[in-house]
Amino acid sequence: MTLKLDKKDLKAFLETLMDEYDLFAPVQLAEGVSIYKKIDRPDDVDLSTSNPQKPAKEVFFPQSETMFRYEKAGKQQQMTSTEGVEKKRVILGARPCDIQAVSILDDVFLGKEYKDVYYGNKRNGTTLIGLACNHPLSTCFCPSAGGGPFLRKGSDIFLIDLGETFIVELLTEKGMTFQKNKFFKEANTKEISLAQEIEEKASKKADASVPIEGIDRRSDLMMESPFWDRMHEKCIGCGVCTFLCPTCHCFDIVDEALTNKGQRVRNWDSCLFPLYSQETSGHNPRPTGRERTRQRLMHKFNYFPKNFGRVACVGCGRCILYCPVNFDIRQAINLTSAKGIRKVKDQVDLTRR
Amino acid sequence: MEERSKAIQDRIREKARELLLNKTVDLIIGFGEGSFPLRTTPRFIRDPEKTDRLIWNSFCENNLATYLHKFNKFKVGIVVKGCDARSVIALSLEKRFKPDQLFLMGVPCQRMVDRRKVKRAVKGEILRAFEQGDQIVVEGEEFKTILKRDDFFYPSCQVCIHRNPIQADVLVGDPVEESPLIEIHPEIQEFAKKSAEERWKYFEKESSRCIRCYACREACPMCYCAECFVDSSNPKWIEKSLSPSDLEFYHIVRAYHQTGRCTGCGACERACPMEIRLTYLTQKLNRDVKELFNYETGIDTKTLPPLSTYDMEDKQDFIK
Repeated sequence: MTLKLDKKDLKAFLETLMDEYDLFAPVQLAEGVSIYKKIDRPDDVDLSTSNPQKPAKEVFFPQSETMFRYEKAGKQQQMTSTEGVEKKRVILGARPCDIQAVSILDDVFLGKEYKDVYYGNKRNGTTLIGLACNHPLSTCFCPSAGGGPFLRKGSDIFLIDLGETFIVELLTEKGMTFQKNKFFKEANTKEISLAQEIEEKASKKADASVPIEGIDRRSDLMMESPFWDRMHEKCIGCGVCTFLCPTCHCFDIVDEALTNKGQRVRNWDSCLFPLYSQETSGHNPRPTGRERTRQRLMHKFNYFPKNFGRVACVGCGRCILYCPVNFDIRQAINLTSAKGIRKVKDQVDLTRR
Repeated sequence: MEERSKAIQDRIREKARELLLNKTVDLIIGFGEGSFPLRTTPRFIRDPEKTDRLIWNSFCENNLATYLHKFNKFKVGIVVKGCDARSVIALSLEKRFKPDQLFLMGVPCQRMVDRRKVKRAVKGEILRAFEQGDQIVVEGEEFKTILKRDDFFYPSCQVCIHRNPIQADVLVGDPVEESPLIEIHPEIQEFAKKSAEERWKYFEKESSRCIRCYACREACPMCYCAECFVDSSNPKWIEKSLSPSDLEFYHIVRAYHQTGRCTGCGACERACPMEIRLTYLTQKLNRDVKELFNYETGIDTKTLPPLSTYDMEDKQDFIK
């Protein structure tokens, strides 16, 4: 049986969700600028825009997170844990790319070797309500990265926007617990076929031609390639692409301390910042944009696949859309293809300094 | 408008080729075709046969002067708008380059088009965009809309009074007529009317969106400290989290460090992925410097910025 949720019931549905869960969904901060945020009022939820600037990873891996607090009173030292989570969470309205990215982060933070308690406490028990992407943008390339605008994998519940109503697909055990939800009704055949139509159209639209397949092997011998000499030139070294990337997960741990008390905090960090690799001695093993840009791309397309069996890119296109200088990761990927490498050789060898 | 742009583009290509062929410069920094509509991208050319990759239109929004720090060992030919040229002068006064190291190809600027504003003017994704006379034509899957170019300038471009590059080595277009001095920056004026509380609220709201990616800092040609105060760990001036006080601290100090140095190009604002609007701070500082010291950044190639020097006659009535 295929279910549906009428948009006029959305608010009431969200209210019941919020009784039981902490609800996270896209919220507009300013015109055209949104992030995933904990919802206090259902009216704040905004499912009308495409992907929020900041990806859904922030729900489990906040940009800035207190790990514990400490205080010294006389000779007593007191530590307070901050790893607990009050309520189970629901993410509503994440696009398939962001959901696929969460599964990549699961590999990192909840892998065989290391389990990150801060990530795990938030992630375990979270229900992911995905939202199909009816209008992939021209900068999207999820099918090239093993995804798709209607990829259900990773979602517990999957919504398809039909205009006045959402088709609701319950995909996992967690999702099935919503089977009896009073706002979910049976969808009629017309609605089901409309959903299929939208799916077909969207799937055709998303770009499947970016040559990611095999890039981990192709990039094996590229470490000292002249490719990097020019690649980085226009990069100004800000953190937009890495911070807005749904899979980037580097962090830095600092103590924010006063004389007698303080807290240990972990903050997102970016391999494009010089400080990221700066050593205490003053030496920086990645002294210029050349090495830093190389790190960003090699981590995504070479080291990560070696460690986890897949690339750390889901093709969401945020890094392309928001880069202040239009550094386009698709062009970088293209240049690693056989044809691209010939082109780079032509361009670089003669003029190399 | 597009004919004028085309003529400028031809001149840029021609001049760039000549400079490279004669080895006057090692490389050219200009604009190239972007990877999606309404976008151009900084382009670096070393081969004289490839200068046809340089373009010119109303979407050349980046201030390329920010790259000069990276290439300070080379002779560089650079495409500059009015504001970019002022940045170069300001940087020269701060002794960032040797005098003969740069060749400025100055473009009398037609004011740049705000691509976010254009995007918001239509429903659906823009898949093609081009200029036609004084219009911008944007097309998507199911629409074709014609917009008036004049309605879509970047805020910083709207109020620009120095569109003609000062001290360019060559002008690659006919000078444009400068707008008369805009007596009071409309945004500042509007802001000044608000109560202190309202002003703080606005500032708080804008800075709260900051994600500390430092795109504003990196896009700004004048932000080139070897170690930015936010990155210093000894002494540590600021924490690295997203607490409101740290975000506010960063944005205030960034703005104040620009006093008498900012050209108002707006690169910081354009670079921001969260669309934080704080240029009113730097614009206000620019205005204060103009009023107190009669100094405008990047206009005079000899006089040092007022905060880099002192004079016995300097105003000091603000000291109480």
